[in-house]
Amino acid sequence: MVDSKIKKLLNIIFHNSKYLSGEITLLAIASAGGHWVELRRLRPAWKGCKVTYVSTSANRKEELIKEAKKNQMDIPQYYTVIEASRWEKAKLLRQFVQIFIIILRTRPQVIISTGAAPGFFALKIGKLLGAQTIWVDSIANARELSLSGEKVASSADLWLTQWEHLVEKDIKKMQLRYEGKII
Amino acid sequence: MIFLTVGSELPFTRLVKAVDQWCGINKQQKVFAQIGPSGSDGYRPINFEWEEFVSPREYHQKYNQAELIIAHAGMGSIITALEMSKPIFIMARLAALHEARNDHQVATANRFSERKGVIVADDECAIVEILDQWDNARETVEIDKVEPYAEERLIRTIREFILSS
Repeated sequence: MVDSKIKKLLNIIFHNSKYLSGEITLLAIASAGGHWVELRRLRPAWKGCKVTYVSTSANRKEELIKEAKKNQMDIPQYYTVIEASRWEKAKLLRQFVQIFIIILRTRPQVIISTGAAPGFFALKIGKLLGAQTIWVDSIANARELSLSGEKVASSADLWLTQWEHLVEKDIKKMQLRYEGKII
Repeated sequence: MIFLTVGSELPFTRLVKAVDQWCGINKQQKVFAQIGPSGSDGYRPINFEWEEFVSPREYHQKYNQAELIIAHAGMGSIITALEMSKPIFIMARLAALHEARNDHQVATANRFSERKGVIVADDECAIVEILDQWDNARETVEIDKVEPYAEERLIRTIREFILSS
C-alpha cells in the first residue's frame, strides 16, 4: 500500500514533463539487426508521441532522419549504446550504465522493446522509475521465449509473445499474451 | 548482383563457402557478401567481393541493387527482403554445428517457406541446386507484397496501452 503510494508520487515527480506538454514520452529500444527491424514495424503504435530511439549501431539514425523528413515530422532523438553479447560482462555493464543515463535524461513514461539485452535493461530500470513497460518478444523465438524475454517478465506491464502456443507455457502465470505478429 | 548476408554475430562458413564454390564455377555471376566475424576456420571467400560488416546504409544500398538475396534465416534479412520485394534464398544456422546458440532459425525458415519469394535451402547442397536454377527462375519469380508495419491487432493493442498510460 505504502509502496504503491511512493511509486505513484515518484511517478508524478519523474514524469512532470507530461503535465506540462501533454505529450507522451516514449523510449523505443532494441539491439541493431533483426530486433531493430521488428521494433520499427511497430512504429504506428507510438505515432504522435515524443519518441527517443536507442540501439547498438550509430548508423540507425540516418533512416529515422530520412523518414521524418519525408513525412514532415520532428526528427526523433536517437542514442547509441555499446553492443554486448551475453558473455561480455564488462560491455554489458557499460551498456547498462549508458541506458540508465539515457532514461534519466529522457524520462520516458512508456518504454517498449523487442530485445535483447538493451531492452531488458531498459525495462528493468524503467519499471524501477515508474514507467509503463512493453516487451514484444522476437518472432524468431517460436519454440520458447528468448532468455531476456523470460527474465524481463516481472518488469513488463504488457508482456507479449508472437506465438500463440507459447502463452500456454506461461507456467508462472505472469500474464504472457499473444496479440498478433510483426509480420 | 546477388547479395549474400549472414548477420554480424557469428560466422556462417557453410553458406559462404557453398556460394563461393558456386561462384568459382559460375564466373559470370556477380556476388557481394557480408560475411560476419572470422570463424575458427578463418574461411575467406576468393570468388567474390566481401566485407565482414557493412553499415545499415550500405546494407540497404546492396539490398536495393541486388536482384537476389542469399541469407541465413535471420529475421532482419528476411523482413528486409520482403519489405523491399526481393527474392531471398535462406539457409538456417544449426546449433549442432556451432552456427547459432539454438535452432530458432530452423523454425523461422519453416515458417517463411510458405511466402512467395522466400526459398528455403536445407543445406549447402540445396543452396547450390537452387542457385543453379536461378538463371531460369528469375523471370518468373513471384514475391509477396509486404506492408512496412506489423499486424493491425498488435499495433492497436500496443497503441491502446501507450495512450492509457
